[in-house]
Amino acid sequence: MTTETALAGATATGEQPKMHQLTVWGALKANMRDYGLLAALILIMLTFQYFTDGVLFKPVNLTNIILQNSYIIVMALGMLLVIVAGHIDLSVGSVSGFVGALAAMLMVGWKFPPELAFLANPFVAGAICIVAGAAIGAAQGYLIAYYQIPAFIVTLAGMLIFKGLSLAILAGKSVGPFPAEFQLLSAGFIPDLIGPWTLIEKAEGVHPLVLHSTTLALGIVGVVIMVVMSVLGRRRRMARGYETEPFALFIAKNLIIAGLVLFFSYMLASYRGLPNVLVVMAVLIAVFVFVTKRMTFGRRIYALGGNLKAASLSGIKTERMTFYVFAIMGALAALAGMIYAARLNSATPKAGQGLELDVIAAVFIGGASALGGVGAVAGAVIGAFIMGVMNNGMSIMGVNIDWQQMIKGVVLLAAVFFDLYNKKRAG
Amino acid sequence: MTKTILEMRGITKTFPGVKALSDVNLDVREAEIHAIVGENGAGKSTLMKVLSGVYPVGSYDGKIIFQGEEQHFKTIADSEAKGIVIIHQELALVPLLSIAENIFLGNEQARAGIIDWDATRDGARKLLSMVGLSENPDTLVTNIGVGKQQLVEIAKALSKEVKLLILDEPTASLSEKDSAALLELLTEFRKQSITSILISHKLNEVSKVADRITVIRDGRTIETMNKDQISEDRIITSMVGRSLEDRYPARTPQIGETVFEVKNWTVYHSQHRDRKVISNIDLHVRQGEVVGIAGLMGSGRTEFAMSVFGRSYGQRISGEVLLHGKKVDVSTVEKAVARGIAYATEDRKTYGLNLIDHIKHNTTIANLKGIARIGVIDDLHEMDVANEYRTKTNIRSSSVYQVTGNLSGGNQQKVVLSKWLFANPDVLILDEPTRGIDVGAKYEIYTIIKNLAAQGKAVLVISSEMPELLGITDRLYVMNEGRIVGEMPTVEASQEKIMRAIVRAEGKAS
Repeated sequence: MTTETALAGATATGEQPKMHQLTVWGALKANMRDYGLLAALILIMLTFQYFTDGVLFKPVNLTNIILQNSYIIVMALGMLLVIVAGHIDLSVGSVSGFVGALAAMLMVGWKFPPELAFLANPFVAGAICIVAGAAIGAAQGYLIAYYQIPAFIVTLAGMLIFKGLSLAILAGKSVGPFPAEFQLLSAGFIPDLIGPWTLIEKAEGVHPLVLHSTTLALGIVGVVIMVVMSVLGRRRRMARGYETEPFALFIAKNLIIAGLVLFFSYMLASYRGLPNVLVVMAVLIAVFVFVTKRMTFGRRIYALGGNLKAASLSGIKTERMTFYVFAIMGALAALAGMIYAARLNSATPKAGQGLELDVIAAVFIGGASALGGVGAVAGAVIGAFIMGVMNNGMSIMGVNIDWQQMIKGVVLLAAVFFDLYNKKRAG
Repeated sequence: MTKTILEMRGITKTFPGVKALSDVNLDVREAEIHAIVGENGAGKSTLMKVLSGVYPVGSYDGKIIFQGEEQHFKTIADSEAKGIVIIHQELALVPLLSIAENIFLGNEQARAGIIDWDATRDGARKLLSMVGLSENPDTLVTNIGVGKQQLVEIAKALSKEVKLLILDEPTASLSEKDSAALLELLTEFRKQSITSILISHKLNEVSKVADRITVIRDGRTIETMNKDQISEDRIITSMVGRSLEDRYPARTPQIGETVFEVKNWTVYHSQHRDRKVISNIDLHVRQGEVVGIAGLMGSGRTEFAMSVFGRSYGQRISGEVLLHGKKVDVSTVEKAVARGIAYATEDRKTYGLNLIDHIKHNTTIANLKGIARIGVIDDLHEMDVANEYRTKTNIRSSSVYQVTGNLSGGNQQKVVLSKWLFANPDVLILDEPTRGIDVGAKYEIYTIIKNLAAQGKAVLVISSEMPELLGITDRLYVMNEGRIVGEMPTVEASQEKIMRAIVRAEGKAS
């Protein structure tokens, strides 16, 4: 490029960009929102640990929290993209319910002639369901992107339509149970390939402690990979002379995250191991973090949410991006619907209703902006867990459902309020 | 000697980490036009926000004395109650309400909450005639031009029995003709003993109408000049703290083959199917050449540029675009960028930047392919690119992680230019590249344009400031009502010649 030398004239009066090491406090402050959210989750967990007399952190309960919230988190990933793009999707609850119903009818309800019997195969039916979800999302996205009908209206209509459709295809009844392979999606755990590791033998008066060693091994491998990658990343940045966080903070952060991962894998290992659905979730979360942080696709979504006109005048096909975002949302709603149905082991006409509100709340608690252009996958996931832990903790404590609703509403409001308050103070 | 109407004494305002104003003093006399000039970020707007109560009493140090009494404004409503009205750079009108409704917004002609429409219309008509605007008060604000909207704003201010009218960059988006009318209006107000404070970058205007000028630099008052002391050179010297001998960088053009050519380009209005906005335009730009398009506001220059750039404006577009002599398809922005055309918008806040994101992301957004492989962004390469262009265009910021919404106008414009420089186009269309930015930053923008031409790029500059076009271009087109009505080498051009071309065309048209 010849640009470099030719433009040097303009810099004659300018100062050189400064590279400086951040102070510990500065780095903490710069990322206060992310750390704050994680700290809030941990604080909430510890609080409920206290109020539930230690039930919350029991391995079986932690496993439960993951199973109970998996479908919310799966949908929150898609909703994050939708909200960052400056839209909203009110139909996801109904769509997930409809897809659950579709799955049940394919596998159990409809009697296919022999040449079409393969449709009832759980894997074929699962694939059909994902495609159906993506198609529903795409259809809504098409109207939103190319006809500029507000997403609020399109998806409100979608919510009504698919609520009705699931009632119609289930003929108002619950349909189940599902084939065993399908149930594994929500009820299964990964096989222990290495074999159980007995720490405390079964004996009189003592609780046995047998660890699911594959789970533990996966946890350790995960931590090692994470630490190696962050050390390499830090070295790479330092080698190029770019700002890095202070060493002490870097160590502390890695230690804390490694400690948390190891703790949770130990907890899961001491129950029945890693649930299948957590594997699905972890893969999806990793993919979405990568897409939003490192891929041009993600960058374009943030750009169009931040300023639609500027994005389209920068050569971004904003309509097509919006269309894709809704199609992805539809596919995830389908997956969530199947997880939900597999967990209940039946599809009911009421399944999925109101879920969209939990999903949207999770994304906003996670720091996304209702105006678009702002939000992070990690935030949405933590936001979903904050809601999930509160649901779980309050249920164990025996708090009535009316109070639960009110408390959740207050938490949503408080989270967004603090976010805005902090931003305002920061100028 | 006239009385002092406003006195601001020792105003100091600090934001976390920055001292925006330190010990600023301002004296404004009754019934004068007092201009405040200073570079962007010098503190003019902050000072006006202190005065109008946007920053409430207690959040700054110093005294405000208005009409002989010390004031403690807590909100804008407090200052308005005393007759101090600000008209901001960005107009605060509701586009889908009528002129009359806008004028009396928040101050409705009503009894017991029920609006008296006759009183509203009569009042509006009276106020409109005071500002010299002959429009039906029932017309929606969105259907009148920016110049007229500005007059509606002023009429709105007059409806509040204004004693001190503050105009923040009122002519930034106005044509020469509308600007002149507006300034004329201010002198009219002076006769009716309404005091005005005029904040402006346009030194020629300021020196024409102002009775006194206060210069602010780096949050301090530098000096206040009386009418007989005012000269553009003196203003510039105290604004930048050094004298700018030359407002335009010298260059020796090296012009080559034709790079960019538009033939027989016709565009219809984006809403009104039958209204021709651009008719049969032919123009070309050669390698290393800086070509200007002069014309009044509303002459169709922006519409022309945007319709060429990926049909971002208009409908029923016909004509050809040629690059290096070959016909190219520029029917979408993506295609236009891929073929090597860039368009830097006149409205950087609405069309140019993602204001909630930082410099780095804004720099690379038009050329993500340049920092990514199979859709995966190389973040360190992106850092390198962002830092490189930040240095090249001399963006003043703490780092590339500064959010663009917090930058001054000049630095925002440099980010927009960085974005298009990184896209590495052959043809750059720059629409009002120095609108609303200060003298020092303008010089830097001109230097960037000069260097682009020196690299052999074809540069097309649209500007409403004729001296600027005369200072930086090699050749000029004059546009009026969607047609090219004149073409001349810049060495033979003058402001008079350009105006004559426009007037002659208008004579023919009518």
